Amino acid sequence: MLRYVLRRFLTAIPTLFVIVTISFFLMRLAPGGPFNQEKGLNPVIKANLERVFHLDQPLWQQYLLYLNNLLHGNFGPSYNLPDFTVAELFADGLPISIQLGGSALVLALVLGGMLGIVAALYQNKPADYAVIATATAGSTIPTFVIAPLFQLFFALTLKWVPVGGWGDGAFVNKIGPVLTLMLPQLAIVARLMRGSMIESLRSHHIRTARALGLSEYSVVIKHALRGALLPIISYAGPAAAALLTGSIIVESIFAIPGVGRYFVEAALNRDYTLVMGTVVVIAIFTIVFNLIVDILYAVVDPRVRYD
Amino acid sequence: MTDVTLPSAAKGRSLWADAWNRLKANKAAMVSLWYLLFMGIVCIVGPWFTPHDFTTIYQDYTRVPPSLSAYPKADAIDLAVKDAVQRSRLELAGWEEKDGKVYITVTSAKPIDPRVTRYIDRSDVFEGAQVVETSDDKLKMTMSADFKHEYFFFGTDNNGRDLLTRTLIAGRVSLAIGLLAGLVAVVIGVLYGAVAGFSGGKTDEVMMRIVDILYSLPFIFFVIMLVVFFGRNFVLMFLAVGAVLWLDMARIVRGQALSLKRQEYVQAAEALGVSPGGILLRHVVPNLLGPVVIYMTLLVPQVIILESFLSFLGLGVQEPMSSWGVLISQGAKNIPSATWLLIFPSFFLTTTLFALNFIGDGLRDALDPKDR
Amino acid sequence: MSERILHLQNVKVSFATLDGTVEAVKGVNLHVNAGETVAIVGESGSGKSQMMMAAMGLLASNGKASGHVDYRGTNLLAISKSELNDIRGAKITMIFQEPMTSLDPLYTIGDQLIEPIRKHQRLGEADARARAIEMLRLVRIPEPERRMRSYPHEMSGGQRQRVMIAMALANNPDLLIADEPTTALDVTIQAEILELMASLQQRLGMGMVFITHDLNIVKRIAHRVYVMRRGEVVEEGETGELFAEPKHPYTKALLEAEPTGRKLPVAPNARRMIDATDVRVTFRLGGGFMSGPPLELRAVDRVSMTLRQGQTIGIVGESGSGKSTFARAVLRLLPSEGAITFENRSIQGLTREQMRPLRRELQIVLQDPFGSLSPRMTAGQIVTEGLLVHEPSISRAERDRRAAQALEEVQLDPSLRNRYPHEFSGGQRQRIAIARAIILKPKVVVLDEPTSALDRQVQKQIVDLLRELQQVNNLSYLFISHDLAVVRAMADHIMVMKDGRLVEQGTPDEVLEHPREDYTKRLMRAAFAE
Repeated sequence: MLRYVLRRFLTAIPTLFVIVTISFFLMRLAPGGPFNQEKGLNPVIKANLERVFHLDQPLWQQYLLYLNNLLHGNFGPSYNLPDFTVAELFADGLPISIQLGGSALVLALVLGGMLGIVAALYQNKPADYAVIATATAGSTIPTFVIAPLFQLFFALTLKWVPVGGWGDGAFVNKIGPVLTLMLPQLAIVARLMRGSMIESLRSHHIRTARALGLSEYSVVIKHALRGALLPIISYAGPAAAALLTGSIIVESIFAIPGVGRYFVEAALNRDYTLVMGTVVVIAIFTIVFNLIVDILYAVVDPRVRYD
Repeated sequence: MTDVTLPSAAKGRSLWADAWNRLKANKAAMVSLWYLLFMGIVCIVGPWFTPHDFTTIYQDYTRVPPSLSAYPKADAIDLAVKDAVQRSRLELAGWEEKDGKVYITVTSAKPIDPRVTRYIDRSDVFEGAQVVETSDDKLKMTMSADFKHEYFFFGTDNNGRDLLTRTLIAGRVSLAIGLLAGLVAVVIGVLYGAVAGFSGGKTDEVMMRIVDILYSLPFIFFVIMLVVFFGRNFVLMFLAVGAVLWLDMARIVRGQALSLKRQEYVQAAEALGVSPGGILLRHVVPNLLGPVVIYMTLLVPQVIILESFLSFLGLGVQEPMSSWGVLISQGAKNIPSATWLLIFPSFFLTTTLFALNFIGDGLRDALDPKDR
Repeated sequence: MSERILHLQNVKVSFATLDGTVEAVKGVNLHVNAGETVAIVGESGSGKSQMMMAAMGLLASNGKASGHVDYRGTNLLAISKSELNDIRGAKITMIFQEPMTSLDPLYTIGDQLIEPIRKHQRLGEADARARAIEMLRLVRIPEPERRMRSYPHEMSGGQRQRVMIAMALANNPDLLIADEPTTALDVTIQAEILELMASLQQRLGMGMVFITHDLNIVKRIAHRVYVMRRGEVVEEGETGELFAEPKHPYTKALLEAEPTGRKLPVAPNARRMIDATDVRVTFRLGGGFMSGPPLELRAVDRVSMTLRQGQTIGIVGESGSGKSTFARAVLRLLPSEGAITFENRSIQGLTREQMRPLRRELQIVLQDPFGSLSPRMTAGQIVTEGLLVHEPSISRAERDRRAAQALEEVQLDPSLRNRYPHEFSGGQRQRIAIARAIILKPKVVVLDEPTSALDRQVQKQIVDLLRELQQVNNLSYLFISHDLAVVRAMADHIMVMKDGRLVEQGTPDEVLEHPREDYTKRLMRAAFAE
């Protein structure tokens, strides 16, 4: 088991390296640069800035320099927000994004999982159709439609919650972002859970458990659910990585100071260090959660441990 | 023995015919199919029949709410009269509405040129202005003008453009991108997946490794980079979006190709001496078609969402062109004062996505009935 | 005899499907006495399994059962789920056909054995464990203490079926329902499991319902028999009486379904069609970046064979013995080492293109009549596909004519040639597969378990058809089967394979009546034991 985890972990390092490399060169090959936007920037100042940030050196040297810095945990300064380092930006924003994304993830897994189980147990009955309808709606209506509609109804019409803002993490400020982040995930989890639970309930060993007179609780929870969890686990890994690193849509609509918005802004402004920082953070989250998925998988399914 | 007279052969029920019958029995899918057809026709043909062009700006009608009756409304007339008179640099003495016409009386310190009627005509509210009466000293004049009746069933946007026309034009763009980019993704994905699956071995391993790596790149980053490379170009958007979404297709097709390769009927064809081309043509392609069709219908809504998402971020379709994402983005910025800007495009987008999803689900049930 | 423990009265089962309601069981009456073994015989789709599933409350969610299932005065169809759960597993248990999937892959054997024991006997953990180990010993699982910690995927199919039996019998039930418990197992293991079940039934004195399509098994173990067809019981009676004097025509047909007759040997100087010398096939498993050197698996190890014109060589052996692999290697469908000649011309080493003209002479019919026909082509297209390759010049009308003619040769109505495979029955599909092979007028046909997926009666018809085709066209057959009864009727020479090696060969009389090798003896005992 430990060897299995270790091997998984070691194969993740080259993946991270490849991602960093591709992103670095992709970013640099794109036309434009961090200091081209500001019109009328004195060429001398521009040259100075580029020298300060080593942008005048050959690309491969910059690449090695960046890798070296990265190995030392140094993400560099942000080019477009010159008062901050990339690390500071993440230190400020990431906890907020994690808080919102984490709440949404947990809610989606718990509620979606329960809805899926209920639907599977009452297949083709009203409860099932209700879950399917919810899931279809949740996975069909895009976030950028749900979020403003939420604001329109609950903030502006009913005035239950503020329209937006972080409000130093007040509970009411989090409701909208968490719900809009959660809904599509909940829909997907419910659908997945329903499907895999139905399949699991149909499997031969469930028939055996029933033939042996095990209680319905044991059949459903101990035997059917455990097997049905596997697809959910594999889905939850990447989903967690995506949710915890912030959503640009939700953060921009609800005016949340998370890290989700950095990516697009930074890429458009050619804020190289910030883009790379975001890529690295997302990649690390992805790798870590995939690792957790692998471990959970092996915990749930003994067949995996021996492969 | 050799002289068999051919009996007339009964027609068989192909799997396609079976699937079509099953699809026809699926009410949600059929309603969705008709709805989508209707939506397509309305978006393509509709803009020619709406009373406005999608770029025309009505300065007097910025942000008017949707209405089934004609503009101008009573309270707008006063404003429009004042505006028009102010532009002509005359003094407004008074106005009245009579027999469906407006009568405006103006005064001035200098004699009034009868050509001032053109200031009234220039307004979006009035037309056919003429002088009715001029005082002898020409310092006072009464003009009459017809109302220019305008219909804004969906209201207008911040610039005074007709939302109905813009929504339909946006629909054209969104649907076209959905279809074309979907097609791009399917073509790339099918080719890539089929090559990987049928080559097998090392080729397969390397090709799928590449897919894995592309998968692990942050999705948005990839899209943004493509947009940055291609510029905010309308046509290249198809390519960018399509180029991102082919990965799933490639995986599905590869899996199918691998399992098809092991099918007994493929082995049987090999034993008959059928060439690889013949196997591909007669055995593989027809059996791949089902999953590809299903995936394509589920891909189109994804593409539309992705396009809308990019447009929402301002990376996609650019003004004055429009897509549902662009309109929703404007709508989101204008609540609460102009809710219709959000509601109408959202409704169009969401119902279309629903229809596409129902069709996709219906197709999956029809082509692969085991799944339910 | 003694008291009735299970009594089914007018039991009906129906399923709601996409194409409407399907009646699987149409009002069956049946009873089982204490300590008695009752066999339910019928072909696949006769409703025999679904009926017992219904009695146990195990129908799929789209299934519905009606009627009375009376267990010692309780109607099992009318009681609540929790009441039913006190009877299932304690008083009545069931074991199934699929030993590979019937155990929960996520829990150890021990966990799965202990859970029902604790539930029904209300024992503590330690007592339940002791009882579980005792049961494993009873079903002759070696090292039961260690096996308690094993997961199902670490055991063979036969062992898993033993574990299933242990689980079913752990609570001393009155009645065991066994749904084709040996069908998915190799013949030698089948015999062991059957013997185990018979001895346990005697020792524990429970009643047993044995669902099967195999009359040999019925004859061996059942006291009474119910014959089912299309959801109805067509005949019932004491086993001896029923076998001696079947009344219903269907029962008669079933009893006569065993293929009969023998094939006469060919003249010793008949033309040599295929000579295979020291054929070896090696598979490489795994291997690649980071996973070490590939595992080499010798699937066929130095097997030689001479096939003469008009001859049928039967190759028998269990799954994994390499019999199919050998036949495919002979046809050059798999890469192999060793010499292979066809009509005295070496074909080993010919390229794909060079092999192509020979393909029409060397044909193959595969086992699975559902998998071997392309689902999106019509019967006519499937049958004539070979003509596209080997006679590309003939017209479409001529191809159509030839398709009709070929279908007629395999006794299928040629007017069905525009139908698709899913519109045919299993036997009809196998006829189409045969037509596809013979339309090319081949000289050698490999028959890879062509009857194994078919019901007995249909098997017999296909065997008759194959024999007739052989006589008319002077074909040479390489007939692969694990079913010794069919091989005995078809072949004039038999090769017995085990673990990739040829262990014994000779005429049917030599091999089947006087087997020399231990392995062959075991195969024989399993197949023909009276």
